[in-house]
Amino acid sequence: MLEIKNLSFDVTDDKGQKQIIQNLNLSVDEGKFVVITGPNGSGKSTLAKLIAGIEKPSGGQIFFDGKDITGCSITDRANLGISFALQQPVRFKGITVLDLLRLAAKKRLTVGEACNYLAEVGLCAKDYVNREVNASLSGGELKRIEIATVLARGTRLSIFDEPEAGIDLWSFQSLIKVFRHMRDTIHGSILIISHQERILDIADEIVVLAEGGIRSRGTKEEIMPELMRSADVARSCSKIEEGGL
Amino acid sequence: MALDEIQLRLLQEIADLHTVPEGAYNIRSNSALAGRNTTANIDIVSKPDGTGIDIHIKPGTKKESVHIPVVLSESGLKETVYNDFYIGEDSDVVIVAGCGIHNCGVQDSEHDGVHRFFVGKNAKIKYVEKHYGEGDGTGKRILNPVTEVTMEEGSAMEMEMVQIKGVDSTVRTTKATLAAGASLVVRERLMTHGTQRAESIYTTDLNGDGARADVVSRSVAKDQSYQRFDSRITGNAACTGHTECDAIIMDDARILAVPQLEANNIDAALIHEAAIGKIAGEQIIKLMTLGLTEQEAEEQIVNGFLK
Repeated sequence: MLEIKNLSFDVTDDKGQKQIIQNLNLSVDEGKFVVITGPNGSGKSTLAKLIAGIEKPSGGQIFFDGKDITGCSITDRANLGISFALQQPVRFKGITVLDLLRLAAKKRLTVGEACNYLAEVGLCAKDYVNREVNASLSGGELKRIEIATVLARGTRLSIFDEPEAGIDLWSFQSLIKVFRHMRDTIHGSILIISHQERILDIADEIVVLAEGGIRSRGTKEEIMPELMRSADVARSCSKIEEGGL
Repeated sequence: MALDEIQLRLLQEIADLHTVPEGAYNIRSNSALAGRNTTANIDIVSKPDGTGIDIHIKPGTKKESVHIPVVLSESGLKETVYNDFYIGEDSDVVIVAGCGIHNCGVQDSEHDGVHRFFVGKNAKIKYVEKHYGEGDGTGKRILNPVTEVTMEEGSAMEMEMVQIKGVDSTVRTTKATLAAGASLVVRERLMTHGTQRAESIYTTDLNGDGARADVVSRSVAKDQSYQRFDSRITGNAACTGHTECDAIIMDDARILAVPQLEANNIDAALIHEAAIGKIAGEQIIKLMTLGLTEQEAEEQIVNGFLK
């Protein structure tokens, strides 16, 4: 359903031009739960933003259900069936959780319907539907509301950029349940950018990015042992080693 | 009472009235009385010199409302009206004022309302004032309301001041004096566009121990419009005061926020906050990922902010 061909993304800063994504090719099949992982700076979040249309590629193409969407706006892609949960959810003064869920669902959800989406992300709806999506909400609460907006959209492709970021351990337990439930019930594909082993553990497929390209991809049985062996994960801190611990 | 379609629409905009209101009311249309109703507890009388009305609310009046809308649909009208509200002790009432101007002519239309409130001991009132302007004439729609509030011990007033569209020029002046234990809450919502100018000047004097004031403005300035928010709280006793201006600036608009505090007593606790900024890019992006266009996203953000 999603096909990425020779995708590149460059940025120019003080040090000159830098390639964040280099000739990347990737396809995500119908109904798959795919996790993209890799070290910091490997281009994971950039790739997610390129798919959602938030960033424009320097080269290459993106196809969604066979249609070339490379030139499409964020809005067009959203309406074609791509959802995106931001790593750092946005706050809005005056817009309530119910307003946001209604905008996401593109219909006047009843409070009961909104409650169902909030319950799925572990929020007690009566405490939240009328709350403003503003600074009074904690990072974890915002994150769950962000995920609820994606559930309310129910699109064919849902992208989550580091859903675990900013979530405490207790909330993380319920987050895993949310994703397990999504994997079992959703009629579309899910693409998650994550470092978390427990999210990797429920993936149909894991894609490892490094230096702007795909280092490896496969099932978790194929990829997890490799990841655990890799220098990024296994190497101890050099200072600890020097200290003889 | 006969009101034409334009006047009825103006009434709906400023007072959410679809028809003649229940309870006490005084409707002024094109500088003349268009309807009045009094109740056992609320009396409305014209001032002998014809410059306005006096509203008397008997002590202990509970759960009643007074509507005093003004509509102007003739171009070129200029008027100044003095309305005095005497709110009896221990009463609990809602007062809805407002002015709607439809100007499709070339001459300016102007309504300057001077409202004075004398709020009795332990009385509680909610005051809603909405401004609205429309009409495609080149004549300006001008409103300069003055509100003076004298609050006795233990009284409470909540003021909702709304001006969302269509008024070319406004200078809103509000002065409040609070005795011990009195409480004032002001919520202003303002949106200006085109080349409109809107100035809000609030002066709040907290004169008694335990007096409290919270004066908050949320505004959006679009196009080439100009806004000035000037709010001064003076603490003359052991009191608490907070004033805040939170503004979204768009296009080529200009906003000046001047919050001021003056403490004349060691136990006066006063705070001011002012923030002006454009709509954050990530807010627009988030709403676009939900399928809204950039323009729709902007509208939602502004509507939410001013809600």
